[in-house]
Amino acid sequence: MTTPILSARDVRKSYGRGSNRFDALKGVSLDIHEGESVAIIGRSGSGKSTLMHVLALLDTPTDGTVELAGADTGTLRGASLNRTRNTTFGFVFQQFFLTPNASVLENVVLPLKIAGVGRRERRRRGLAVLEQLELADKARNAAVNLSGGQKQRSVIARALVNDPRIIFADEPTGNLDTATGAVVEDLLFGLHREQGITLIVVTHDEELAARCDRRIHIRDGRIVDDEAVAA
Amino acid sequence: MKALDLVGSAIGNTFRSKTRTILTILAIFVGAFTLTITNGLGTGINRYIDDTVAAIGAEDVMTVTKIAENATDAGDGPREYDPDAVAGAPVPGPPGSTSIVAPIGGSQLDELAAVDGVQRVQPVKSIDADYVVAGDGTRYVIDVGAFVNGMRLQLAAGEQPDAAASGYQVVIPDSYVDALGFDAADAAIGETVAIAVTDGDGVQHELEAEVVGVSEASLGTTDSVVPNDAYTDALFAAQSTGLDPADQDSFTQATVWYDPAATPEAVTALQDRLTEAGYDSTTVEEQLGSFKAVIDGIVLVLNAFAVIALLAASFGIVNTLLMSVQERTREIGLMKAMGMGSGRVFGLFSLEAVFIGFLGSAIGALVGVVVGTAVSSALSGALLANLPGLTLIAFDPVSIAVIILVVMGVAFLAGTLPAARAARQDPVESLRYE
Ligand SMILES: Nc1ncnc2c1ncn2[C@@H]1O[C@H](COP(=O)(O)OP(=O)(O)OP(=O)(O)O)[C@@H](O)[C@H]1O
Ligand SMILES: [Mg+2]
Repeated sequence: MTTPILSARDVRKSYGRGSNRFDALKGVSLDIHEGESVAIIGRSGSGKSTLMHVLALLDTPTDGTVELAGADTGTLRGASLNRTRNTTFGFVFQQFFLTPNASVLENVVLPLKIAGVGRRERRRRGLAVLEQLELADKARNAAVNLSGGQKQRSVIARALVNDPRIIFADEPTGNLDTATGAVVEDLLFGLHREQGITLIVVTHDEELAARCDRRIHIRDGRIVDDEAVAA
Repeated sequence: MKALDLVGSAIGNTFRSKTRTILTILAIFVGAFTLTITNGLGTGINRYIDDTVAAIGAEDVMTVTKIAENATDAGDGPREYDPDAVAGAPVPGPPGSTSIVAPIGGSQLDELAAVDGVQRVQPVKSIDADYVVAGDGTRYVIDVGAFVNGMRLQLAAGEQPDAAASGYQVVIPDSYVDALGFDAADAAIGETVAIAVTDGDGVQHELEAEVVGVSEASLGTTDSVVPNDAYTDALFAAQSTGLDPADQDSFTQATVWYDPAATPEAVTALQDRLTEAGYDSTTVEEQLGSFKAVIDGIVLVLNAFAVIALLAASFGIVNTLLMSVQERTREIGLMKAMGMGSGRVFGLFSLEAVFIGFLGSAIGALVGVVVGTAVSSALSGALLANLPGLTLIAFDPVSIAVIILVVMGVAFLAGTLPAARAARQDPVESLRYE
């Protein structure tokens, strides 16, 4: 079997100390392979977002290790950590986190700007990804003027623009009505299927979870069920 | 992120909340404007003083008097009468208001020339003129000034007297042009005037000279005629006619030349050596030194006000940026999640501060220069018409650049607190922030 792209070993995460100490993750181990689509599901406060942040190297676990393509990420610091975040991951958050007064294109190319890609190349790749998401006609609009679905599509465009290997999505449809949510879902799974991008989705939504290859149930910081669905 | 993109983003972010940015820029503007004006005042007045210094005397000379044997420092009680002491330069006031100095004769001149650091000594031939007259016109009382080689009079017309010329030349003050019957300063050039002196026997001698220049009234020069060396010698000789030869060779003051490149320390050392030899010395700098010190003091106080204004403005920067860090918490979190380093985040916010500082100071300096120039030229036509040559507020590009750079530096320092706060932000916490 191939090396998993992401591998967590007995990951624990605690907040606070002493009597205020709260264990959000109590020893989570899992392997995610390249090209998989994984849903992390569980009740509110169960630790889903915390697990996603640890897997995405946004947060360091209190204990345990996270390996990225077989390499321990605990030793990653500073510039190399930033480069890994920038080139390996794409994020879709529950909130859009778009800069309201900047244009859609500017919002979308932010990861490229951070990566130090030149202006012309940024524009080319930004427009290409907007084209792909059928948002090209909105490229010049201010992000604040978009509808919710268009905003979420912009966010997906931003997650995609740097050709990431893994897309993390935290409740990507939580803010959208059912119809628009479905459109966004189709989009994510389409990318997953066509470009082989690994998809890790945190969700409450059973329907969305059902479309994933695998569902990981979390309760009180522990994995209680890890069911693979034969595709 | 590339440096250029960083700068571009910082400038773009500056204008995101325009009202707040503009208010902060205004605060800095006030400080920079004040600083520019006060600095301009200092530059203008000091430049004028420097010109005046050149008009009073050459820069590499000092006036030397011999300290009388029994001279005591003021405050040491009554001084004993010395029959040999000569009355020095007359001091304005009732009779007897003269400073008592010992005479300088040939041997003293040799002694002075031997002092280490003295390049040349020349006695000051003070001339006590009776009157000046042009042709058969009215006679006017006048003082005779001394012209030292290297000195530059502030002229309304004509040229500086030629020290080397053998012909008799004189520069007359502007205020005498009309009285002497000349139409204008220019018209007086090339004309002839005569100065009369009375010798020891009471005989009056009138000596003619060509007017080569007309001097403007200024801080340093009084309304006196300035003859060239040849004319001075002639007038002095006429004045000394019939005197005992020993008395003829006796002066109250001498002028000493030193190395023009000498450092202030070297000049002080030379003055110490002269004091040891029994001579009092005054450099031109010293003559105007106290005046300059007053101006510098005033400018310093004004600058202090400007700096206080800037300090207040820098708190404005801190406030503006702290608010903007607060507002952009999520954006910062997102950028960090996307792999933007803490150093870059710090750079982004401190560049924003520097840019705000730049805008405020550049606009402040620009408006300061325009307003200062306008005020200065308005004043020199009216209030300060008696001081021709004085540009009250003058600007020098270097100090303007320094002001802008200093304000940008202050803005940077003010920006470090908010920028460091932004840089420290934890991406996860920022993204959880509601
Ligand atoms: N910084 C923190 N300090 C203390 N406790 C925290 C902190 N961050 C998260 N927690 C706690 O950790 C637990 C897990 O939080 P997490 O955000 O992972 O939940 P979640 O499963 O994503 O919930 P939801 O579905 O509501 O988003 C929660 O009980 C939360 O209160
Ligand atoms: Mg969550």
